[in-house]
Amino acid sequence: MKLAFDILTVFAVSAGSIFFLAGTVGLIRFPDALTRLHALTKVDNLGLGLIVLGLLPQANGVFGALKLVSIWLLVQLSGAIVSQLIAGAVRQRGPQR
Amino acid sequence: MTILSVFDIGLAVLILGIGVWAIAAREAFAAVIGFVVYGLLLSIAWVRLSAIDVALTEAAIGGGMTGMLMLGAVARLRSAKGNDAPTSMPVRLVTGALCTLVAAGLAIAVLSPPEVIPTLAPMAMENLPQTGLGNPVAGVLFVYRALDTLLEKVVLILALLGVWSLAPDGVWGGIPGLRVYAHPSSTLTFLAQLLPPVGIVVAIYMCWVGAKEPGGAFQGGTILAAMWLLVMIAGLRNVPSIDQRWLRLLLVVGPVIFLAIGIAGMVLAPAFLAYPAGYAKPLIVAVEFALTLSIGVALGLLAAGTPERVQRP
Amino acid sequence: MASFLFGAAGFVLTMVALGLIVILQRPAEVDHMMAAQLLGTGGVAVLVLLAAATETPAIVDVALLLALFAAFAAVAFVRSASGSKSESRERASGV
Repeated sequence: MKLAFDILTVFAVSAGSIFFLAGTVGLIRFPDALTRLHALTKVDNLGLGLIVLGLLPQANGVFGALKLVSIWLLVQLSGAIVSQLIAGAVRQRGPQR
Repeated sequence: MTILSVFDIGLAVLILGIGVWAIAAREAFAAVIGFVVYGLLLSIAWVRLSAIDVALTEAAIGGGMTGMLMLGAVARLRSAKGNDAPTSMPVRLVTGALCTLVAAGLAIAVLSPPEVIPTLAPMAMENLPQTGLGNPVAGVLFVYRALDTLLEKVVLILALLGVWSLAPDGVWGGIPGLRVYAHPSSTLTFLAQLLPPVGIVVAIYMCWVGAKEPGGAFQGGTILAAMWLLVMIAGLRNVPSIDQRWLRLLLVVGPVIFLAIGIAGMVLAPAFLAYPAGYAKPLIVAVEFALTLSIGVALGLLAAGTPERVQRP
Repeated sequence: MASFLFGAAGFVLTMVALGLIVILQRPAEVDHMMAAQLLGTGGVAVLVLLAAATETPAIVDVALLLALFAAFAAVAFVRSASGSKSESRERASGV
């Protein structure tokens, strides 16, 4: 059982890290602030979600697992809101800034 | 070179890089962003140094509150006139030289400690079970050096008085000029409706858990202040005028209860700020809750700024 | 397992560092505002991985606070950027 959990952890954390890599590449290479926002908030969030998923078996009891999930939900919420706010700021200034 | 030391070196290089960028930034707004990023990264550094209480406070104060305060200052600078003269080169050189001296002094002090490092840590840990606390930082804050903690909270109120005293005579006791992002039914309103309940629960948890694990009144209070500021910025609640009774009561309830327990200690226990045997932990938890409220109100008002207009009757 | 998690933490930290370097080099203010969000996601990932690697559950609390305050800082950035439409309440009758 522990071996199965460890394999899950390794896979999920690796997948999460790859998504972080993808998000950073998007941040670097995308042409526009709005597209970069997509890379930042969506892809990095998915990476964090996979990492949290992978760390759930290693967590400190049910309470620790709940804390991890609630952290991920909090980051989801903040990502959604912040992307809307920044997109609003981009629209206000026009495309060049 | 283990993975861990590579991680630590990478983190240190990143923090230094962000620090240099914040200093070299051309605009105040960019510099403040650099400073906030620096603070948030520093909390990871504190975690690596096993100072989790400090990491919590760094994330809260260095990341949230200081950024908020400085952004408020930047905004006021923008609308103030006659502030365009850049600092002259000699002043900048002298400042740079002084900062380098201080940094060099600190580096020498940290990198070449005396042979037997003087520390009270073993003694502090030995006497901790007597207090009923599990967190040695809480033990230092509320038992061994309780006087310092009491004075710090009073200093917080003094700082707030300093901010208030900048108000012009006509608006003393008025409403702080917190800049509001007042778009009705915007995404910010949604966040300000959803996040504060979560924040309040986390603040209560932080304050409660501080007796046993890293946490405590200061971190909980900062979360409360940030949630209150968020609600005010989104326009869901009006910024209160500073002469309201409930506001001033909440400000002082923490230090007053702390002081009262301290004075009671002169009667019920050997000395001022001593706790009667067996009652230490419940008293400390009570003080921590009261302090959380006071710190929350004080920090929120500090970030809200000086009064700028009066409430018309 | 611990060294794998440390390695993952180092990898994510490198990604955060790269992202920060790129974001902060761009001249636009809008790009700088994303820095708080980047730290809020990447920094939280690093802390959560460190918590599991060192088996110190308290570090998860630091991640929780980091998530909260990174969101708060991002809101403060957007609100305070020059050209943002924020204004003090000008209501005549206060309450």
